[in-house]
Amino acid sequence: MEITLNIPAKDWYRNSTFNDLSYWGLDYPPLTAYQSYIHGAFLKTFDPDSIALFTSRGYESYLGKLLMRWTVLSSDVLIFFPAVLYIVLVYCSMQLCIGQNNDVAWHVAMILLNPCLILIDHGDFQYNCISLGLTIAAIAAALSQKDLVASVLYCLALNQKQMSAYFAPAFFSYLLGTFSVAWWPYLQSKEAALAVLSRLAPFERGIFEDYVANFWCTSSMLVKWKKLYSTQSLRIFGLAATLLTCLPSMVQQVLAPSSKGFLYVLLNSSQHHFSSFKYAVHGKSILLPLLPLTLLALEVHQSLLWLTHFAMFSMFPLLHRDKLVLAYIALYALFLLVYFAPGGPSGRRNGSKTRDHSQTTKIGMEFISSIAFHPLVMGFLGLCSLVLHVIYITMHPTNKYPFLFEAVIMLICFSQFVLFTLQFKAVDAIETSNIKS
Amino acid sequence: MKLQESPRSPASITQLLWFFGIATVVKLLLIPAYYSTDLEVHRHWLAITHSLPLGQWYYDETSEWTLDYPPFFAYFERFLSFFAPLIDPWIVHLHHGLSYKADSSIYFQRISVIVSDLFLQYGVHISTRNLASLKRNLVWVFVIWSPGLLIVDHLHFQYNGFLFGWLLLSISFLAQGRDLMGGFMFAVLLCFKHLFAVAAPVYFVYLLRHYCRGGLVRGFARLSVLGAIVVAVFAAAYGPFVYHGQIQQVIRRMFPFGRGLCHAYWAPNFWVFYIVLDKGIAFLLRKFGFDIPSPVASFTGGLVGDASPFAVLPRITPMTTFIMVLLALSPCLFKTWRYPRPRLIARSVAYAYTCGFLFGWHIHEKASLHISIPLALVAVESLEDSKHYFLLSVVSCYSLFPLIYEAQEYPIKVLLLLLLLHTILMWFCFSALFPKIIGTKGSLQSDKKATQSDSKGISRTAAEKQWFELGWVAKSYLLGVVVVETWGQFLHPYLLGDKLPFLPLMLISMYCAIGISYSWIWQLKRIIILS
Repeated sequence: MEITLNIPAKDWYRNSTFNDLSYWGLDYPPLTAYQSYIHGAFLKTFDPDSIALFTSRGYESYLGKLLMRWTVLSSDVLIFFPAVLYIVLVYCSMQLCIGQNNDVAWHVAMILLNPCLILIDHGDFQYNCISLGLTIAAIAAALSQKDLVASVLYCLALNQKQMSAYFAPAFFSYLLGTFSVAWWPYLQSKEAALAVLSRLAPFERGIFEDYVANFWCTSSMLVKWKKLYSTQSLRIFGLAATLLTCLPSMVQQVLAPSSKGFLYVLLNSSQHHFSSFKYAVHGKSILLPLLPLTLLALEVHQSLLWLTHFAMFSMFPLLHRDKLVLAYIALYALFLLVYFAPGGPSGRRNGSKTRDHSQTTKIGMEFISSIAFHPLVMGFLGLCSLVLHVIYITMHPTNKYPFLFEAVIMLICFSQFVLFTLQFKAVDAIETSNIKS
Repeated sequence: MKLQESPRSPASITQLLWFFGIATVVKLLLIPAYYSTDLEVHRHWLAITHSLPLGQWYYDETSEWTLDYPPFFAYFERFLSFFAPLIDPWIVHLHHGLSYKADSSIYFQRISVIVSDLFLQYGVHISTRNLASLKRNLVWVFVIWSPGLLIVDHLHFQYNGFLFGWLLLSISFLAQGRDLMGGFMFAVLLCFKHLFAVAAPVYFVYLLRHYCRGGLVRGFARLSVLGAIVVAVFAAAYGPFVYHGQIQQVIRRMFPFGRGLCHAYWAPNFWVFYIVLDKGIAFLLRKFGFDIPSPVASFTGGLVGDASPFAVLPRITPMTTFIMVLLALSPCLFKTWRYPRPRLIARSVAYAYTCGFLFGWHIHEKASLHISIPLALVAVESLEDSKHYFLLSVVSCYSLFPLIYEAQEYPIKVLLLLLLLHTILMWFCFSALFPKIIGTKGSLQSDKKATQSDSKGISRTAAEKQWFELGWVAKSYLLGVVVVETWGQFLHPYLLGDKLPFLPLMLISMYCAIGISYSWIWQLKRIIILS
């Protein structure tokens, strides 16, 4: 906010005496910059000291913090909430589900009460609600055949956070020139555009930041990638691996496009990007695969519970550092309570209620579900997580392995994410073979 | 939730626990939020009851927050103070614990309120055992998720939850005809918090007429039994203090004189109108040239000799307010004397608290909870009741807003408590209970035994609308709430800056007082009509 308010637009991504890029310089696309400008103007009216150039760095006041929290809250209410209502209405009107009226309310509650999003946006402080909200609205527009609106909204989402690019393969066919409007100040010269790009893809950071449940981080316990290969080659590995794993689902969607398939491709492409091979992933990106899963909540509610549990668990070290343990417990409890609401979908016996699955697909899915969600398996995993939570809070690791507990947590979460990816790939495979036959 | 099962089945217990779970999660999230000096007050009482012998509880002056609740509440604090030292011994230290603001202390106290709310659950469960599942769920929503209770107990910090559970139990015993138990529970409640004594006349008259009947001898015998029980309860509470000869000090602490007619923030009761009228007349008379001296005393300070805080109108003393409360209560007492019906007891108790609220001395706005919680039990009985409850609940919740005045709780107050959740929830609930079915009288007389007046009332309104919808007066009043709030929060600082700083609060008081006065008259009418 300080930078966008006090410095002319063309200098926002450029290193200068006023704009010291190494002090938390802008590393999101231009829409975030514009949004920061608006919020900065709001803050300036009430607490100008909190965004004054230079002097506000490290400045913290009660009013400043309160106003900033309110900017996130207002963005959430103005963008995310309406988007969620839109998509739930579209989803249910499209007969993608045969549910009761209660289910609409339950579905909305499941998406809005997603504890990961609440804790990250309102506890840790971020603006994921804007890009996720725009993405949701774009998905809804796409599902209701309003392609232009969908592409506009997705471009906006992409320009708010480049993390939304995880959905890009799915939206590939909808990208339009709206992109260029947002980039207007930076398209004046090649140098300016490159400056923005280099801020967005910070390759000077390592292959992973903080402890993240993804492939590189997990396997680095065995194979010290950073020591073996240079950053350049690792970057290429990451890109290649990501694209390769994404390719099958993209091809599938091109050959046999469907609305339901679109949602699953969103899920798969973001899941691959996050958990498997994407370069320079931040732990908060788990929000992205979680998003399409919440949209499919009425069908795959067991998977939702499973993924949410391990997503929360993987964020626990971060939240513990932020002193958000109480909020963590309370929001997770709230999620569980609404999930198991009396009269809600999870209380009923029948699992998948979709019409367009054939008999073999149903059997296949039930087989997978019966293994993956067997009460003993889930109970065991739940118990492990509980024990680890307690250990993490109460005990201190040895000096030799200061990040032992983080590593263990991350290992468990990663294994679950991989299993989850495999499960949905299997579902996809069964579905494709079904369509072909 | 449209499950149809018998009220005593395990599924209904699960549902009740689900309601409790959701409420608990919200309360947990509110632990780090604003708390008032009442947190320190109760912490100090933990310290007093833990560290000092019984004989010194009501004499201690270590801090300004002296014990001013009856002995059972002191015993309750003593019970809590068994657990406090396990968490952190300094919570109960008499001197070092003063203004102790460590996390351990705050968490301990907040969680103790949350746990004590279990008793509220129990009280609501027993009270609603015999209702149909939809109505039962509605009452649970109104009581367990009551925003007023959340503001007072879990933000401002008090222990009203379990006390209301006790009150609801007492009322439900009376409604079931178990008069002795009901009377006993009420006596116990009085020894927890003497504020509940406003309903004592109603209890007395009702029990006298309903329980002590059947001839002179039998009646007198029953009266003796009742009296013996009440005396026994009071003996258990005050006995030790009588033994130490401290009863005068206890009474003095419980009823501190030297407080003014109004609290610092005027509770929305009748005296607000009286004060404003007084100031208005004084202003007019001065304009016309009369010499009206400005009053020396203030409304919030104590009684200073003969000085009156009123410029023109007669002075009000505690005795005046006492008489006025009794006068307002008399129609209800008269009605109870003539027709002591168990079914009307909840209404009568709520009416008693309404009169006490409107005409009492030094009333806190928190006392509006005493009106809305008992009335929640009868809010689902008929369309008229539900419309009235909707209005009352919004007004009483709004009147509690000034308690939480810090900026960071503002979105919680407005969005979570009042606007989004409570109002919309109530609207959906009542619309579900009274759906838009035109012309069918029968659907409104669900599964309760219809009494004479009920069917009379409904046949009168058969020609009118029978679904849940507010009239234009009610709607404009509720809109006015939004206007008052917008003025107070946004327009006033913008237009008038620092001038007239008391104006927004005064506006809130007056506006809510209108609503509560309407509720008073409506309740009176309802009690007189129903028999």
